[in-house]
Amino acid sequence: MLSETLDLLAAAPFWVAVLRIATPLIFGTLGVLLCERAGVLNLGIEGIMVAGAFAGWLAVYQGAGLWAGVAAAALTGATFGLLHGWLTVSLALSQHVSGLGITLLATSLASFAYRVSFPKVESPPTIQPFADMSSWLPLPVLNQQTPLTLLALLLVPALAWLLYRTPLGLALRMVGENPQAVEGQGLSVVGLRIGAIVAGSALMGVAGAFLTLAAFNAFYFNMVNGRGWVCVALVVFASWRPGKALLGALLFAFFDALQLRLQQAGSGLFGLDVPYQFYLMLPYAMAIIALVAVARRAAYPQALMKPWRKGER
Amino acid sequence: MRLEARSHTPAWMWLAAPALALAATLALTSLLVAWAGAPVGRAYALLLQGGFGSRFALAETLTRSTPLILTGLAAAVAFRARLYNIGGEGQLYAGALAAVAVGGLHGGAAWPLPTPLLFVLMIAAACAAGALLLLVPALLKSRLGVDEVVTTLLLNFIVLLLVSAMLDGPMKDPTALGWPQSVAIADTLQLDKLVPRSRLHSGLLVAVVLAGVLALTLRFTTFGLRLRAVGANPRAAAFAGMPVRSVVWQVALLSGALAGLAGAIEVSGRAGYVTLDMSPGYGYSGIVIAMLAALNPLGVVVAAIFVAGMLVGADSMSRAVTVPTYIADVIVAISLITMLVASMLAQYRLRWR
Repeated sequence: MLSETLDLLAAAPFWVAVLRIATPLIFGTLGVLLCERAGVLNLGIEGIMVAGAFAGWLAVYQGAGLWAGVAAAALTGATFGLLHGWLTVSLALSQHVSGLGITLLATSLASFAYRVSFPKVESPPTIQPFADMSSWLPLPVLNQQTPLTLLALLLVPALAWLLYRTPLGLALRMVGENPQAVEGQGLSVVGLRIGAIVAGSALMGVAGAFLTLAAFNAFYFNMVNGRGWVCVALVVFASWRPGKALLGALLFAFFDALQLRLQQAGSGLFGLDVPYQFYLMLPYAMAIIALVAVARRAAYPQALMKPWRKGER
Repeated sequence: MRLEARSHTPAWMWLAAPALALAATLALTSLLVAWAGAPVGRAYALLLQGGFGSRFALAETLTRSTPLILTGLAAAVAFRARLYNIGGEGQLYAGALAAVAVGGLHGGAAWPLPTPLLFVLMIAAACAAGALLLLVPALLKSRLGVDEVVTTLLLNFIVLLLVSAMLDGPMKDPTALGWPQSVAIADTLQLDKLVPRSRLHSGLLVAVVLAGVLALTLRFTTFGLRLRAVGANPRAAAFAGMPVRSVVWQVALLSGALAGLAGAIEVSGRAGYVTLDMSPGYGYSGIVIAMLAALNPLGVVVAAIFVAGMLVGADSMSRAVTVPTYIADVIVAISLITMLVASMLAQYRLRWR
């Protein structure tokens, strides 16, 4: 059992799978991170990922290029982000409730639009997804991935640079900690927050599009399956830092890939015959354990989930 | 644009707000109905008729509303105390599994008890299962500061996988063909029908009575006062000497038990066994219902019947015109958002400069 597991971990296909599973989580986690750094919880992610997956796939199915599909997904995400921003920032409604409402709305709209567009089909129509980068990239493991994975990996330092090395990043972090101070600087709290939610939600849309345009080649109703909620957990685990978010996504993907391999190996754990469902639980359980482990030193953005009304304290 | 608190909200505005929200919802969804290629007026007529228009439709709607009232109450009491329990779905399934464990295993003869006692034990086990499932995230929240939204959400997935494992393993019905289902609870443990030749069962009465009891509890008891105080401002409640932590876990037990009860009532009122699709998201819909009802227990009953009517009506409408059943979920989602906006506008004035 142990030597088998070690062999598995040494093999390149395992790490290829880890990176592939991590990709949508990286996009989604960075999206949540951007929203929360600006002080707004975005529980719309689960639904925005579904809508992004559907919009990206539909665009490509109707003849658009793959990158145009990614753009369509980002635009769809941004639109739901704008709605969430209007509700939670302009109208200062509960961020929990608005987010759950967005998830319900985006999921049901995507399902509705799918059924209207394809009333009769039994098996989902397919598209030609992104090819891997083996033809031009000389790096092992990474060249087995699609360009979207490369984009996700490049986004991590880009977002870190934006947050920690630019005036805009400083303003974004400040609006999540102390909106009164931002107002005192003559900056717009509403503008910064809505901007962050729109951009973060666009990333969530791309996270969904990865599923239909790279990981699979069709749209299924339950394909997001809690990945969005996992991203919300990963942001806490990452202490709201992009680098740690990447680490968290890879760690989660590691456990997900591991349980898949253990399931396939079918050897059971320590000689016990374990039902496959328990392997599937492993990543979710790890996410909860990770949350508990970092809870003591979790440094939430101070203004997170606090609605801000001009002139009110 | 900025918001300005109204010093006083006139009574007509509290009545106009939901009406306005409903009108806005209908206007927005008619665009979708038209896009799906159906005549809008006829589609809405079919929706209403399918949900409320006949004895059969009404019985079906009330049957569907029964678990929704209970999960709605579960969300309402928790949210009132600012315990964001998004785990109603998992707690419902945990309750359903516990009910079958007591009333179904070994042909219901695992416990040598008279039927009424066994029934009570079954319900108690379901409530306890739901309550314990929420107690863990609630304690993690109050002791360690772990965000309960994410933990309760993730537990939903874990519980559903556990249900799946149980239906493949110890609780599997050996005589069932095809889709996995659990063994059924004993016939004597099943709830009576309220209306002959329908699926409506006495669980509805339980749900409605509980809504009334909860409304009174929140209004007139010490526990209710503490719960509302902790929800309104936990620091002020602590300053006033209220035991905030123990209120949080008491609320968790209550909320989880209500969702667990929803599972047991679904099992004993309808099929008698557990399947993986016995709840089409009742736990999640409960949150929406609680919100539509502004966290008011009696409002939950009304909101649950509205949502159930939409679900049942959309099923029957989609058979007659080319509108997918998902329209029901869209209507519920949009009505949630319009209702939130409308109630905000009743309390605040928009200033455009």
